[in-house]
Amino acid sequence: MDIIVSGVKKTFAEGLTVAQLLIEEKVESPEYVTVAVNEEFVEGEAKAARILTSGDQVEFLYFMGGGR
Amino acid sequence: MALSDAQLERYSRNVILKEIGVKGQKKLLAGKVLIVGAGGLGAPAAMYLAAAGVGVLGLADADRVDLSNLQRQIIHATPDVGKPKVASARETIQALNPDVEVRTLEGLVQADNVLELVADYDFVIDGTDNFPAKFLINDACVLAGKPFSHAGIIRFKGQTTTWVPGQGACYRCLFVAPPPPDAVPTCRQAGVVGALAGVLGSLQAMEAVKYLTGVGQLLTGRLLTFDALSMDFRTIKVARRPNCAVCGPTPTILRPVDLQPAVCDLKAAKTA
Repeated sequence: MDIIVSGVKKTFAEGLTVAQLLIEEKVESPEYVTVAVNEEFVEGEAKAARILTSGDQVEFLYFMGGGR
Repeated sequence: MALSDAQLERYSRNVILKEIGVKGQKKLLAGKVLIVGAGGLGAPAAMYLAAAGVGVLGLADADRVDLSNLQRQIIHATPDVGKPKVASARETIQALNPDVEVRTLEGLVQADNVLELVADYDFVIDGTDNFPAKFLINDACVLAGKPFSHAGIIRFKGQTTTWVPGQGACYRCLFVAPPPPDAVPTCRQAGVVGALAGVLGSLQAMEAVKYLTGVGQLLTGRLLTFDALSMDFRTIKVARRPNCAVCGPTPTILRPVDLQPAVCDLKAAKTA
């Protein structure tokens, strides 16, 4: 199945969860990364429960604290 | 009030734009923008807004200019090392454009002064460098109904979004609460390219200009991310969080709160 991850189409095995995608994509410190699937936030235990389906659009939002 | 001949000349590139014109320039001259943090983001934002003729620029910063700031904080110069940043920034702005009234706060923006501070302005630019400050500004602006631009930068990457009352996600919708102090690196620990700060600070100035003149589409409900290594700009649509603690229908944050000491260097914060 194809999933759009941060705007890029990628192919994954069926049944992939959000939690597994975070590992597959080697997202650093995933506990501090906001995940949105189709513009809906997926958090906490829902990350392990949410099974992705073909065409899903996943975005990772990262903390960026600098400015000065 | 009509623009003077000198103003017509100074702002001719704004005035010639059909979207801005004399009418838009007058809005800029009547506009008041608060910039919190006169550093990597605040420096370019303040300079472009001063150049554009924004009538009142508020600057808040507790720090003094350090030699290590000059790699990116272009509002300060070598002779300014040791001066309060707000004083150094004021001098640069006044030399750039005497039309601009500069108001300064040499001190920290905290829970006990943030609402009073933002109340005097039309638009706020978050140019701070730490999460407690970014959440404080978000919460204060949401509570006060004050439009603002958020941005963050680190290494070669930056991101920015704009919040306007009733329009789109706030910073707390995107990130529920600050990460623990040592979980996410600061620029001081991780580094940041000066020109990257310039890109993001300029984008924030652009949003302020658009807001004041009513031109174009603001970055409301969208997070713009920029990766300088790949030169990819993306805008990610972000929804409001239905249970957001500050902008949601049943908020639990009813006043600004200091989350932890607002200092850049986390090691210093921990030993303080």
